[in-house]
Amino acid sequence: MKRFLLPLAIFVVMVGFLAVGLTLNPREVPSPLVGKAAPDFSLPQLHESDKVFSPKEMAGQVWLLNFWASWCNGCKEEHPVLMQLAKSGAAPIYGVDYKDTREEALAWLQQWGNPYRLVAVDGAGRIGINYGVYGVPETYVIDKAGKIRYKQIGPVDQDVLDQKILPLVRELQSQ
Amino acid sequence: MSRIWIWIFAMTIPALAAAQEARPLAENPQAEARLKALAVELRCLVCQNQTLADSNAPLAEDLRREVREMIAKNMSDREIIDFLVERYGDFVLYRPPLRAATTLLWIGPFLLLIVGGTALILALRRRQKTLPDAIVSEADHERVEQLLSDGAKRP
Repeated sequence: MKRFLLPLAIFVVMVGFLAVGLTLNPREVPSPLVGKAAPDFSLPQLHESDKVFSPKEMAGQVWLLNFWASWCNGCKEEHPVLMQLAKSGAAPIYGVDYKDTREEALAWLQQWGNPYRLVAVDGAGRIGINYGVYGVPETYVIDKAGKIRYKQIGPVDQDVLDQKILPLVRELQSQ
Repeated sequence: MSRIWIWIFAMTIPALAAAQEARPLAENPQAEARLKALAVELRCLVCQNQTLADSNAPLAEDLRREVREMIAKNMSDREIIDFLVERYGDFVLYRPPLRAATTLLWIGPFLLLIVGGTALILALRRRQKTLPDAIVSEADHERVEQLLSDGAKRP
């Protein structure tokens, strides 16, 4: 009986490691940008192409920056959650239209509704690289001082919104 | 008869499609060599088991473009890698740096080797102890001698 104890213990430890491994999402690469200043940019706006948007304008506010595209399926998935968040007015959502065409982006917003206060256009995906975006949708929570406090990789769902984003936004707003 | 001529003509058409060699990606072959050397060290974040050099994902193309531009700006390899690590983390590196979080990754295999080796030595020693010393009687000894010498006689 005793001689089975050690193999059993090793087996249990291995199962433990594998079980934890199964719950991790290998596609979620922790961003080194969390806790750092949001990279600055100046991009033309989607609706009024002669105007630009820069994150500097948002100083003093807690806001969400959401990278999306009309060709992206995950963006469709999170869209109702963003709409609901926009309606609640808990925090302003600003969009970056990532590697998309203006017409398609506008048509997409027309069809499904526009949760964004404003959308900036990143046609070549350069600003995306500065933010470490590697697959839309990605959403950043940025604090009053312009620091990135949270990054959501992939669609924002109701759980993430209720348990992570909204409590964080409330906490940051009260600071 | 005219049909044959049409056939012959049709068969010569592909010859008009002059083969073109793949164009080098940058005018400067030296810069391209540097890009290649860098890109095999960097991971594509979309298809995570591919290097930046192998991947055809749009993001990999963008990152290659970015690296190419940095090479054109005469940035050093270190600076280019730092640029990417700042944005995507150590994950972009195929050779993760030795840090507190990656210690296990680096020394883990050696630890396992030591543990396995020790276990093997201990198990062998223990088995040696449990093996009874074989007692060979005089008769057995003679028999063995005989059998062996019989074998040796055979051609």
